[in-house]
Amino acid sequence: MAGTAPTVGHGGEDETRRDFLYLATGAVAVVGTAAAVWPLIDSMNPSADVLAASSTEVDLEPVALGQRITVVWRGKPIFIDHRPEAEIAKARAVDVASLRDPATDEQRAPRPEWLIVIGICTHLGCIPLGQKEGDPRGDWGGWFCPCHGSHYDTAARIRKGPAPKNLYLPPYAFKGKTVVKIG
Amino acid sequence: MKRLMLAAALAILVPTAAGAAEGPAIPAHGWPSDGLFGRFDKTALQRGFQVYEQVCSACHSLKYIYFRNLTEIGLSTDQAKAIAAEDEVEDGPDDQGEMFTRPGKLSDPLPRPFPNPQAARAANNGALPPDLSLITVAREGGADYVYALLTGFEEPPEGFALGDGMNYNRYFPGHQIAMPPPLFPDAVTYTDGTPATVEQMAADVAQFLNWTAEPRLEDRKRIGIKTFLFLLVLAGLFFACKRKVWAKAH
Amino acid sequence: MSYTPGNPVTRWIEYRLPIFGFVHHQLVDYPTPRNLNYWWNFGSLAGIALVIQIATGVVLAMHYSADSNLAFDSIQQIMRNVNYGWLLRYIHLNGSSMFFAVVYIHIFRGLYYGSYKTPRELLWWLGLIILLLMMATAFMGYVLPWGQLSYWAATVITNLFTAIPLVGDAITQWLWGGFVVGDPTLKRFFSLHYLLPFVIVGVVFVHLWALHVHKSNNPLGIDTKGPKDTLPFHPYYTVKDLAGLGVFLLIFAAIVFFAPEALVATINNEPANPLLTPPHIVPEWYFLAFYAILRAIPNKLLGVMAMFGSILILFALPWLDTSPVRSAKFRPIYKQVFWLLVIDAAVLTWVGANPPMGKFVLIGRLATAYYFLHLVVLMPLIGWFERPRPLPESITTPVLKEGAAAGGAS
Repeated sequence: MAGTAPTVGHGGEDETRRDFLYLATGAVAVVGTAAAVWPLIDSMNPSADVLAASSTEVDLEPVALGQRITVVWRGKPIFIDHRPEAEIAKARAVDVASLRDPATDEQRAPRPEWLIVIGICTHLGCIPLGQKEGDPRGDWGGWFCPCHGSHYDTAARIRKGPAPKNLYLPPYAFKGKTVVKIG
Repeated sequence: MKRLMLAAALAILVPTAAGAAEGPAIPAHGWPSDGLFGRFDKTALQRGFQVYEQVCSACHSLKYIYFRNLTEIGLSTDQAKAIAAEDEVEDGPDDQGEMFTRPGKLSDPLPRPFPNPQAARAANNGALPPDLSLITVAREGGADYVYALLTGFEEPPEGFALGDGMNYNRYFPGHQIAMPPPLFPDAVTYTDGTPATVEQMAADVAQFLNWTAEPRLEDRKRIGIKTFLFLLVLAGLFFACKRKVWAKAH
Repeated sequence: MSYTPGNPVTRWIEYRLPIFGFVHHQLVDYPTPRNLNYWWNFGSLAGIALVIQIATGVVLAMHYSADSNLAFDSIQQIMRNVNYGWLLRYIHLNGSSMFFAVVYIHIFRGLYYGSYKTPRELLWWLGLIILLLMMATAFMGYVLPWGQLSYWAATVITNLFTAIPLVGDAITQWLWGGFVVGDPTLKRFFSLHYLLPFVIVGVVFVHLWALHVHKSNNPLGIDTKGPKDTLPFHPYYTVKDLAGLGVFLLIFAAIVFFAPEALVATINNEPANPLLTPPHIVPEWYFLAFYAILRAIPNKLLGVMAMFGSILILFALPWLDTSPVRSAKFRPIYKQVFWLLVIDAAVLTWVGANPPMGKFVLIGRLATAYYFLHLVVLMPLIGWFERPRPLPESITTPVLKEGAAAGGAS
């Protein structure tokens, strides 16, 4: 052992005052360290330019009835389907309780003629077919994922195949009749 | 004593080390963003943006500023969107491999007057108008220099040999600048009704360029004050602990 | 001595890897002279500066692009878009200056108190190796923003290697990866700038290992004789180092938040232009003295040799200094001549900041000559002919006897 370690204080009060000082200093130092570390961590969060691209406005005017378009939002494909009556009716005529991932058509498309979903299969992430003319649409007329054979219906709900969930809904809101803001 | 000499020697060295000033002495103007508690004057920044848009952007790009940044100088999102939409931006290629144009969005950068430096030189008698995003930190004297330059165009003194196509400026190093005086009274009609004298426009655009060079200045000073005060307390506590611990050793 | 930790978990670990005992022995009850003054804080401050540079550097590297077309823009991306990017960049940029300031003071402390003398010669050498690594790291780091000075300072300094006879040109082309400083140069400088700080960490570890063999020197320069002369490192010097850290952080914060570009040349905010040389090429302040020495000698090869020689000569210092006494406290002549070296370093720094014209040429040459004269001629002579003051018996003796300034801790 080297030197003399500090001896215990003479009186209880002296010790309490000393301990309080150390405690207070330690607390302030911890707060300071946390404040110093935060910028290092927060700098890894999405930067301002990434956040600026985090919402997309889409003009739906040019999308004809029965037409499906794909837009990109946060790097992901978004399927926008201008659904004709027949597709809407088909989606509504389903016994919701029998679905693997139960959801009503109203929940999936609050404005029934517009179905807006994230075009990534919920199984392992491939992009399902069905957006283009001539694409297979699966047994329920919605979308068909070629990777492992998942079938989605006209409300993009999973009906057959390995996918566990319906195609996810992105956050979106209509602005007026013909513009939708995604994200 | 010797330590004081050393400290003094170092105090003289630091400014010299940062680079000796070139050219004529630039008068200090003083800006709202100066000093420990400085903040930008947002109305001046908006006027300065008008000056940039209507006068300077004909030749000078502002490559690091995006339309969405305009909300930082006090414009609303809708105003910034409207300004963006006035611009035609090239985008693409589309599914056919063709490039196309579309109206500007908030996420686009401000438009550039020329597609590349060669085109810029060709349009300006071989001179290259520099990008202005960082001009106040890339020139000695900063915003003071920009203001002095813009208000410093004058007749050359007797016997001064002015080159072809050059203009005499009191503050430009060498006194000959290829840029003709860009500002004249009422060159811009300010939306807030301020009279657009040359001095006013020069001061507004100098402040605007101070902002483009360092948009985070206000954050820096605000967080700086808090951090410094916090560290003052912490250093004080550390010192008190030191004295307490060492009291036993003496 | 074996250390038994407090609880069963730590005991289980200690038996398999004695890390708690290691920390206890090296950082807690480690015997440190009781009379160290605040000049002994600068070693720990250097260590902290290194940690700050690595922490900010690793995070900045997540956003930086080491491509000559993208580098300058990526720095702007950091300054404008990355959360707290402006803060991290300003800390890293000014942290480099703080690191050198602290290390230079640490070195001058060693010069004054004879910390390089036996048995600490290797400790001194390891320190000089750290300094050389720091200089390489800082030089390459300055190139990364790819501003006007980044490019042209890189050009000037790498061109120095052409001074080497016979193989100079081949070596320089190999360094560049081309015929001029360019994109390949930038990419390899980034790789090495990321690597070298970790090499520095390794050398620091060996530096501390060497230190812990014979322990710290002290202001009296005499060996510790026993436990009466020392205090345990914790809590005495841990708390004193924290006090020094507080002051260091205050100065650092003042610069980062209120004068972040005061130590940078404005022209480096211009993107690099290989076709336009700036009128004054100046390195960062911590290189100015060496730059002055380089320019003082009109011959290219000799100038380069003098510049590198100014650091290499320091390796010989333990033998150039012939005095049997360590601390300048007891060396009446050396005590004053030491300050001449400090002033000389300041003069060389001032000369390096100015263009090599007019009075600066003569002053630079005189200051360079004095630097080598001081180390090669004056130090041996002073050591031989000086009559040192009588040394106290031990560190505690003057304190016990008089309680006065002669050896007291401050």
